Order: sequence, then C-alpha cells, then structure tokens
Amino acid sequence: MTPRPEGRPGTSPNRRLRRHGITPIGDVRASIHVCEAAGCLALNSEKVVEALVEKLDEDGVYDVAVKRVGCLGLCARGPLARIPETGQYLERVTADDLQPALEAVALVDPANPVEVTPPPFYARQTKVALENSGLIDPEDIDDYLSRGGYGALEKALHELTPSQVIAEVVTSGLRGRGGGGFPTGLKWTTVAKSSGPEGKYVICNADEGDPGAFMDRTVLESDPHRVLEGMAIAAYAVGANEGYIYCRAEYPLAVKRLRSAIRLAERQGMLGKNILDTRFSFEVDVRLGAGAFVCGEETALLYSIQGGRGMPRPRPPYPAVRGLHGKPTLINNVETYAAIAPVLRNGGQWYAGLGTERSKGTKVFALAGRVKNTGIVEVPMGTTLREVVFDIGGGIIDDHPFKAVQTGGPSGGCIPAEFLDMPLDYESLAEKGSIMGSGGMIVMDDTACMVDVAKFFMDFCVEESCGKCVPCRVGTTHMHELLTKMTEGLATRDDLTALENLAGMVKATSLCGLGQTAPNPVFSTLRYFRAEYLAHIDDGLCPAGVCPIATSARI
Amino acid sequence: MVKTLPQAPSDDKRWKIVDTRMRRLGGAADALIEALHAVQEAFGFIDDDAMLYVGEYLGVPRSKVYGVATFYSYFTLKPKGEHTCVICTGTACYINGAANNLKSIAAEFEIKSGETTSDDHLSLLTARCVGACSVAPVAVIDGVLTGKLTPPEVIHLLRALPHGAAQ
Repeated sequence: MTPRPEGRPGTSPNRRLRRHGITPIGDVRASIHVCEAAGCLALNSEKVVEALVEKLDEDGVYDVAVKRVGCLGLCARGPLARIPETGQYLERVTADDLQPALEAVALVDPANPVEVTPPPFYARQTKVALENSGLIDPEDIDDYLSRGGYGALEKALHELTPSQVIAEVVTSGLRGRGGGGFPTGLKWTTVAKSSGPEGKYVICNADEGDPGAFMDRTVLESDPHRVLEGMAIAAYAVGANEGYIYCRAEYPLAVKRLRSAIRLAERQGMLGKNILDTRFSFEVDVRLGAGAFVCGEETALLYSIQGGRGMPRPRPPYPAVRGLHGKPTLINNVETYAAIAPVLRNGGQWYAGLGTERSKGTKVFALAGRVKNTGIVEVPMGTTLREVVFDIGGGIIDDHPFKAVQTGGPSGGCIPAEFLDMPLDYESLAEKGSIMGSGGMIVMDDTACMVDVAKFFMDFCVEESCGKCVPCRVGTTHMHELLTKMTEGLATRDDLTALENLAGMVKATSLCGLGQTAPNPVFSTLRYFRAEYLAHIDDGLCPAGVCPIATSARI
Repeated sequence: MVKTLPQAPSDDKRWKIVDTRMRRLGGAADALIEALHAVQEAFGFIDDDAMLYVGEYLGVPRSKVYGVATFYSYFTLKPKGEHTCVICTGTACYINGAANNLKSIAAEFEIKSGETTSDDHLSLLTARCVGACSVAPVAVIDGVLTGKLTPPEVIHLLRALPHGAAQ
C-alpha cells in the first residue's frame, strides 16, 4: 500500500470534502461520477459518495477521484454512477455494495484505454440542453468553465451585436420549450423592439407545475450555470439589465444550486455589473413560487413575482410589451434558456439541422409511469414515440401491454397505441389531440382506467383553478362531478352529453391557458377510449378494474 | 422621511431572519411572498401575528396578506405536527399507486391528508407533484425525499420517527 502523501484532500476529516467527493492532487488514473440529482438522491446517492471516499481512503487508493455530478438520466436504476474514462455506467450503486464500482474503476488503465458501449438508453440520445448533465459538478463553476461554459456569453458580448444574437436564435428555429412552442427568436425580437426607457426584464419560468414533469428540475439541478448563461445572453440581446428566476418552492435543491450558482457567477464577473469587462450589466435573483400551478401562466407569474396572488389577466398586452412592473419583459422556460449557449456556440444553422421541418432541435422528455427505464431523455424532435417508449424506455414494466402515453400534463392528452410510430413534434402531437407541453411523458398500461385518468386531471384543475373566471372555476367542478359519477357507475348517457358540452364551453370561454386546456384530457380520452366511458355508463363496468363501481347501485 | 419599522410580535430571534429577508428585498410590497416563505421556514407556519407584522413592515393591507397566504397552497396557517409526511399525488405517483400509500397511512395513524395526529406527532400532507416522478411513488418525510415506496415501507419509515425529539 502506498503511503498517503501529505496535504492531499480527503485526508482531513473536513466534512465539505467528504460531502463533495475528492480530487487527488497529481495524476488521476480514474474517476467515479456519482449522480446527485433528485432521482438518485431520493435513493440515497449522497451516502454513496461518502462511502466511496471513505472506502478509497481506507484502501489507500489515491489516484481515483470521486465527484458528484448532475443527472445521469436513468433514474429507474439509480443510484447511478459513471466512469468517464471508459464511459461505463454503473447501476444501483449503494453504500453497502460498492464492490462493482471499485472493481470497475480498478480496471481502468490509461495506457490501455477501453471504451464500454453504453446500453441503448444512453446511446440513442442526443444531448444538447443536457450536454453537461452528469459530467460536471453543478455546484462548481470551474467545472462549468472547463467545459466551455460562459463561452457563448463571451462570444455574444465581444463579437456580436444584440441584433446579431437575435438573428442567430431566429435562424436556430428554437421554439418555447415550456409547452407553447412560440418561436423564441420572434419573442426576443418583440421584446428588443419594445421601447423601455426605464428598463426591461428577463424572466426564467421555472415553475414546472405539470404533474409528471421534471425536465426543468433536472436541468437546474445538473447544470444551473447554463440557464444563467442563456438568460444573460437573452438580456444582452433584448436590452435588459435585471432578471428573475421564478422557481417552485417544491424544488429546494434546484433553488439552492441556483442561488449558489448566481453567487459564484457574480464573483467570476459573469453576472452583475460590467460583465466580462464590458458595459453590459445583468443582475439576476431567484423568486420562489408557493404551490400554485396557475403561476406557470405568464401573466399570473408576473403578479406572483410582484408579491400578489397569481391570477392571470387577459392578453394583450403581452408581457413582451407590458410585463413586470409594466415594463417589457421576456419570459422563457428553463429548457429554452438551456439551449441558447449551444445555439450561439455552434450557430443557429447547426441547431436547425437537428429535428424536423417545423420543430427544430432536441427536446428533453421526462419518462415516467409504467415504463421500465424511467428517467430523463433528450432526443431530436421528430423521434417516434415508439423509439422513446420502447427502444430508450425499454418497454412496459412486467411486459404488460402498452395502453397510452400522456403528454402535456393536465393541459394535454393521451395518445393510444395506434400512434406509436408518430414523430414527436409540436404539430403531430397537436393533431392527435395532445400537446408537446413541457415534456412530461407518463406511460400507461392496461392497469390504467382512462375515465379515472380524466377524473384525476380534472381533480387537479379544480384544485388549481385560481377562481377568477367562472367557466374554469365552476366548469371544472361540474366536469369533475360528472366524471366521479361515471367512475361510480351512476352516470347516464345524458351525463356524457353534458360532459362533452361543458368541456367545449370551458375550452372556448376560459380566460387563460389553464381553463382553456383543462378539458383536453377529457376530449382525448373520449376520442380514443370512448368505449371505456360507455362500459362505465351502460354496463356498470370498469374494464381496467380501477373504479369502485357499486354494481348494486344500478339494479 | 424615515419609515418607522413595526415591532416584531415577540423577541424570538427567528424574527431577525424574517426581518433580514424583507430588508434585503427593499422592504416593499413585492417582497410579500418571500417574507411569508421566511416566516414559514423559521416558524413552520404563518399565524395571524406574523401576517399582521409582515403586512405592516411591507406596507401591504392585511386583507391582501391574508389573500396571498391563503391563495398559495404551500403556505400553512396552522402549526404542523412534530414530523411531516408529504405524499406526492402527481401523475406518475398516481399511476404507480400513491393512493395505496395514502390509504395505509390513513389506516395506521388515523389521519387524512391535511390532518395531524391527536398527539401532534405526525402531519400528513399531499403534494401535486414533487418532480421525482422517475422514482414514483414518492414521499417527502421531514424534508427528505424517498422513492419507490410500498405501503409497508412508508409505514415502517413513519413508525421509526422519534417521539419528543426536536426535528
């Protein structure tokens, strides 16, 4: 055993070093990257880092670095680790069983490099927004800088005019990743043109409220600087000097990492006054949401940042013209900002080369539900649903039959098996009665009752309706009552007609997106699974065996 | 004009944390939500005195403070038990059987969502989605997220929570 040299980090009982892993001084023969994003943390990956450091210390292995990194993707098999030298992924690494990880790392020989072919889950993805995720320590700005971080901001400030930056974003064809799919370049152009002598704002919408969606959380927890860099570039392009990240309070780790990232970036001169020694200044701060889904709607979000109740107002005027404190405001989603740095670094043309004719680039999806490989997936737009669910997702748990995939959360719909070969892009999803949404994808098998699914989402909308407009406040409650009746086997055909009428009315007359899209889960389940509704109504049966139908009630 | 700041409801040192947060944000009306977060982080819930104080400090009418505090589901106006268990009821958790976890807790501890056991030991809450869908169904017990929970596991974790000790 080699004696441990003096002054090497990790020899001291310093807690900080133990928590964050160790990097040996001198040569690193091999490294172990351990995921410390929400999914793996929920499976105790923190303890894995501590145990690894302790074990390596104990064994006198001093040429192996242990690093915590952001999301490695395949949460289902967490806690995950990766050996970057060989590209090998290690699954279900626990503090009690470190042997596989230690053996794998012992085999690494720099003189004799070996590449391990990763499983299809990893190999079939194209990472743009997530390019650093799982590679860098999200709380270490130097790690981000070493991967070319803030290089796009530097390029923008030193080489491009604001209008050239916008032109690059327009060329990229990037569209809003929060769900709306509005062309980002066009939005930036509008804000840039809006006259705001007293200043403008740039806001990042990180109020990821769709149940079943965790893409933004992953980006924020894995690579917070990339979002800040995207915001700073946006601020330069549209002429803003102040910004906010509106993040949900349910994501404490994302908030913590964001706040620490802002502090570090300010210290490095990447945010704050006179960024990179130019005249451009941009101050950014985090504002917490407080558990209101409606605050993801942009006008509600603005009221919430100003300390009020998050209730939407009619548009126009759009926030691009009159936003926070009445000033022109650019609001984009986390993933949209995350795409900006690569767009500037590689050019808009490069980004436009990915994806389809009208949906450019890549999209991050959060794969969850009854699928084997739950986790975070980034693929080019236009990838088929089958590829995502079966090739990457590994198919259905226990090989049950696939029934549907739900996209777009409470504003989206269910896509049945017959459309498994459709390409995933904004237009195709809309055509099938769903939406891209923010990227949540819940896979359902034959154990799901589609009437109950519709009821689940309606229950969500009843709770989350802000109460400002009548169609949404009252309409969703009535729809929920009708759906409850159906799941109890007490509904008639007239109730079904009433449900359909009501759904159309709520869609047509609600004030904001929440109400306008609240009936979508009803519409799409009726469109593809009408027979299930009829089984509940006419036969008093729940084909999936989910609903508590009181058969005696029908006699 | 010098604005005189109101007196904190008590000499509890935790008010200093709340004051600092409000001061840093300029002590104006738009700091209301952040101030309520600060109160809840420090005291665990937001009572009437806290609402009156924050409102006065920020120059916000008490009706508006109450409106905001009750609009957002994250804020709680009642004290919670010694321990809290938040069961996520998001789509992925719903599909993977979160309802069974809820039912088993209800049966074991005789509480429903939003309630606290009669000995103030445990509060049960539900969340719309905590964004850990890939390891559904999940629970957040005293701030710690645990995934892939079955009813026996969640009951086991909750039974193991210590009595009487501070969190």
